[in-house]
Amino acid sequence: MCGIAGVVSPGAGGADAGLVRNMIDMIRYRGPDAGGIYGDAHAGLGHARLSVIDVAGGAQPMSSEDGSLWITFNGEIFNYLELREELIEAGHRFRTQSDTEVILRLYQEEGERCVERFNGQWAFAIWDTRRRKLFLSRDRVGVRPLFYAEASGRFCFASEIKALLLCPGVARELDLEALIQTFTFWVTLPSRTVFRGIKELPPGHSATLENGQLRIYEYWRLELDPELDPETAAPDLDLAEELRALLLDATRIRLRADVPVGAYLSGGLDSTLIAALARQAAGDRLRTFSVGFDDAEFDESRYQREASAFLDTAHSAVRCSGDDIQEVFADVVWHAETPILRTAPAPLYRLAKLVRDNGFKVVLTGEGADEMLGGYDIFKEAKIRRFWARQPESLRRPLLLKRLYPYMDGMQRQPSGYLKGFFQVRADDLASPFFSHLPRWRLTSRIRTFLSGDVRAATESYDPLADLRCGLPPAWGELPSFSQAEYLEARLLLPGYILSSQGDRVGMAHGVEGRYPFLDHRVVEFAAKLPPRLKMKVLDQKYLLKRAAGGLIPESIRARHKQPYRAPDGASFRSDFVDSLLSGETVRRHGIFDPEAVGRLVGKFRSGRPTGVGDNMALVGILSTEILLGLFIDGRDSMVSPGLPARSVR
Amino acid sequence: MRLETDTTRTVRAFVVDNFLFGRDEGFGDTDSFLESGIVDSTGVLQLVAFLEATYGITISDEELVPDNLDSIQNIARFLGGKLAG
Repeated sequence: MCGIAGVVSPGAGGADAGLVRNMIDMIRYRGPDAGGIYGDAHAGLGHARLSVIDVAGGAQPMSSEDGSLWITFNGEIFNYLELREELIEAGHRFRTQSDTEVILRLYQEEGERCVERFNGQWAFAIWDTRRRKLFLSRDRVGVRPLFYAEASGRFCFASEIKALLLCPGVARELDLEALIQTFTFWVTLPSRTVFRGIKELPPGHSATLENGQLRIYEYWRLELDPELDPETAAPDLDLAEELRALLLDATRIRLRADVPVGAYLSGGLDSTLIAALARQAAGDRLRTFSVGFDDAEFDESRYQREASAFLDTAHSAVRCSGDDIQEVFADVVWHAETPILRTAPAPLYRLAKLVRDNGFKVVLTGEGADEMLGGYDIFKEAKIRRFWARQPESLRRPLLLKRLYPYMDGMQRQPSGYLKGFFQVRADDLASPFFSHLPRWRLTSRIRTFLSGDVRAATESYDPLADLRCGLPPAWGELPSFSQAEYLEARLLLPGYILSSQGDRVGMAHGVEGRYPFLDHRVVEFAAKLPPRLKMKVLDQKYLLKRAAGGLIPESIRARHKQPYRAPDGASFRSDFVDSLLSGETVRRHGIFDPEAVGRLVGKFRSGRPTGVGDNMALVGILSTEILLGLFIDGRDSMVSPGLPARSVR
Repeated sequence: MRLETDTTRTVRAFVVDNFLFGRDEGFGDTDSFLESGIVDSTGVLQLVAFLEATYGITISDEELVPDNLDSIQNIARFLGGKLAG
């Protein structure tokens, strides 16, 4: 895994090699093993390398044999060995053992459509010196990041936003509409970022820049096309077997590396199954890593130990307290480059450090199963709400609400009358294309209460849901409601938060690469055709996956209720930390939030009065936004608070 | 509609501070907390803790229903009955 950056200057004067070098230096932690710069009169490419495949021969930027093409590549093409064989048969003679060279040669053979042949996770740029054409591509589901900006006659791209902020003419301004999106959906909508003028190449997209024209297009789309006719569907057991075989192969090719590969163990079904399959595929004793919490509400150590013992792995764990979260929180925001509404990325940041400290730089993880195989409670919530809405007067149907979120103590103590009130289906909800997500988004939108009068006035007419509606696929209305909910999770939260703030960013902060067998496109495409009843049978989550996992993992883990990974939020922060970041003077100067409202929120936490999910999201969201402003936008902020990194883009 | 009694004033002050964070523009005494989205799924526990501590009462599980607690006016009426009884 690596960091990439580049500049194309169509006009006279050429690309500034010094600029490309500075951009790469800014994200050096993504690839601490080696680095390289290519430059000609029109373009510059930079690369920071984390050596994983062909450690000796895979240096980048890499050129084609005739020197006409140059590539800078972040990621892995897991089926590169098969593609390499195919290319050798077609007459290619390889100079290296790397997957990078496979990309170059397949691009020579098949052009831009080569990406359709890749099984992997990538963000890369190929510069064609003859045509003066830049080709950019990003993997199907958004594992690896790729941002770009156009300013002062240059087109700039990079793995991370902070590198783009070095480019002359790129404004350091918050995009207020993108902020409203974040304070609704947790993420920005593709291709927005919270920085005005800086965009992200969406997952499943490629782009070309030629003759000054930027063309962005979708080469792969998540097509949720569930088999609705139970008569024609294969028996459940056959499908479970097929899923298991696919996952085994997805795991097998993700073990390809010239360095040892470890695995995360969360204590849940997904990561335990992946570790079991890795052990099966590799045949060696597996090295596993996990994070536990001092707070029992969040801790899954017991299950992690059980999984490790069952699979006979060599296991290391790191414990995380509130102080630990606070200590790294600003660093996490530095890497995430967006407001975050939960502290959950912070423990994963510490976990990645544990991995690195143990000499590992590649880990398998279980992300992706919840989105595509029916794991999230939000799917169950939507199912119960819809079932209840069919008979609103029923006294029994709303009792099912008690089966939601069993791991959330505050929710479980909630009187049933209020649970009903909170989850009640409003008159126009059923007709909404976002039925499943409305309670979550309404709750998240409460953060907007804290915005300053100026920001509220500037965004008053902006409707993020209308914006989202414009980007829905044409057949949206024909999808089963379950699939609609899956789509929203897979296209928004997965790339925008799970794979970035909780994935690539906290891993790459320590030069650790995550690999995701559940996000192998063959697995995703298989899951996309499964009927909802095989994902959630009545209210049994991940029904088919549980059958596929039978015998491979401890029964206690297979049968336990899904506990999503969470961490202590507002309780993690001490008063001095909060005060230093949210003083009335700082909040007023940044101008995004209302100092009085923020002061009352801080007072609520300080008083020890009970706080709710919305309060915690607001505090973490405001803290992270203020840190973001201090680090990236307001150069005057000296950031003297505890735990803050001694660096900022200036 | 605002019924300016000691109870409504006290409850309103708590709601404004705790759920509206000082921003009470346009929030009426009959407005539903749930429908307006100002309390989240755990918010009622905060409200109950406040009412029990402030008025020295105990609120039973059966009384934890929106009819009693979902607006400033509902709370004032509920408290009126509770304190009188």
